[in-house]
Amino acid sequence: MSTGITEEQVREIARLAKLEFEDKELPVFADELENIVEMVEKLEQVNTKNVPGTYHGIVLDSVMREDKAEEGTDRDELFSNVKETEEGFIKVPAMIDNGEAGA
Amino acid sequence: MNFETVIGLEVHVELKTDSKMFSPAPAHYGAEPNTNTNVIDWGYPGVLPVVNKRAVEFGMRAALALNCEITQETKFDRKNYFYPDNPKAYQISQFDRPLGTNGWIDIEVDGKTKRIRIERVHLEEDAGKNIHGTDGYSYVDLNRQGTPLIEIVSEADMSSPEEAYAYLDALRQVILFTGVSDVKMEEGSMRCDANISLRPFGQEEFGTKTELKNLNSLNYVRKGLQHEQIRQEKVLMAGGRIEQETRRYDESTGETILMRTKEGSSDYRYFPEPDIPPLVISDEWLENVRQSIPEMPKERRARYVKELGIPEYDAEVLTLTKTMSDFFEATVQNGADAKQASNWLMGEVSAYLNSEKVELEDTQLTPENLAAMINLIEDGTISSKIAKKLFRELIQNGGDAKKVVEEKGWVQLSDPAKLLPLITEVLDNNQQSIEDFRNGKDRAIGFLVGQIMKQTRGQANPGVVNKLLMEEIKKR
Repeated sequence: MSTGITEEQVREIARLAKLEFEDKELPVFADELENIVEMVEKLEQVNTKNVPGTYHGIVLDSVMREDKAEEGTDRDELFSNVKETEEGFIKVPAMIDNGEAGA
Repeated sequence: MNFETVIGLEVHVELKTDSKMFSPAPAHYGAEPNTNTNVIDWGYPGVLPVVNKRAVEFGMRAALALNCEITQETKFDRKNYFYPDNPKAYQISQFDRPLGTNGWIDIEVDGKTKRIRIERVHLEEDAGKNIHGTDGYSYVDLNRQGTPLIEIVSEADMSSPEEAYAYLDALRQVILFTGVSDVKMEEGSMRCDANISLRPFGQEEFGTKTELKNLNSLNYVRKGLQHEQIRQEKVLMAGGRIEQETRRYDESTGETILMRTKEGSSDYRYFPEPDIPPLVISDEWLENVRQSIPEMPKERRARYVKELGIPEYDAEVLTLTKTMSDFFEATVQNGADAKQASNWLMGEVSAYLNSEKVELEDTQLTPENLAAMINLIEDGTISSKIAKKLFRELIQNGGDAKKVVEEKGWVQLSDPAKLLPLITEVLDNNQQSIEDFRNGKDRAIGFLVGQIMKQTRGQANPGVVNKLLMEEIKKR
């Protein structure tokens, strides 16, 4: 069964994932994605009528912690992978919109 | 207006927990940037987010207060997006099994009650804060990132900016009474995005909606919606089309400005959060939380009017905050007359709080000593003049009202046997005033009362003094 992933769809998925590809790479990914979708479709053929539904792969639920605050991670350590900082802030290229701030 | 306005609101409320939604980093403001944040918030490899129990409980409390059904088998989902305010590149939220569903809240506009349905209440985590510099850079502080939030999504049941305002105000008050958040729009602990569309009257199908952001106060919500309502109408009247987009309210111009065209829900590629197993809320836990919800302002108002005989306006003022409302009830429970308690709280107490710029809980006044003070006035132990002095003493330094009155010697002098010698003395020394009074100068009696008040340093009971004076003058 062909799902027909288009190059356009690959480009859109790449955009959402903030990835950049050259045009010649697109058909390769279209093929690979199509294989993945086909595999999932194959899985859907399995008869699961008597299998209870789940949202998770392990048998465990309701893991919670008490509301107790602990000091944050040392800032210098946290910043070791940050490109640029200034006065304790992370410095990034200007953002035009508010993204999902407060999403 | 040829169109009907349709408004739905998405409201984010920050929960007042000590730690974050999924990490033990402190969920407090005012710290040095990027110090109240940790490796879990940043999504470093190998870390494991764990649900904050109190946040779930707070979320339940809010959802129940908004008349929602609680989803007892609930779960968390991952919402993917790339933005510097969240280094994990995803937000843990709830997608298809929100904590609460099918709630409602009643609002009142122009004397009419309208029920606004609430589609869902779900738990999620806040994003960090970006400060936009003028130098081509933005500065990110992740202290806020991971703070527990509830998102409250209304149905598109509001048909005017005024209704949206009333809904938010009612929502704010309900949440405030549950005690799970400060719900201050100006400080960002309550935030609102508004969806608005127009459709010709009589049309069933919704028009294309725009989403308004940056509505940082109740007033801006109303103003932003008013502006957007007019803008959309103009576009439609000119034969144009409304694009589905996100617009930003500009406080300085009162206009809405295009931010971006909106991403669809599928762009967020939600999937069940693999780091967090499903959450099952037991009947027992749910029942306990249900029991912990205090009576809501609307019910309190009705009770004050009906059972305590308080005027509607006063009941409204007394229930503006839970602190004031609780204080009032406790004062009445301590034996004060309800109307007197209300008068003092709305009058002297509020005036004091305003002039000193403090909150009720920052003062030394307690329901016990306020009630005791009111009763001391009622039974004539202290005069209303002394009451003002006593009030200041109690609100500033506290203490037992009765003891303070005794210690300071503020007990009102009402005993004729004690007052009579003073009256005789004052009359003996003021023959002229007696003459004046007999000649019809009523003011003379006031002068005589004043003399006695002066001698007793304001403690004489003016009513009793008046009566005794008249009797004594007649006798002479």
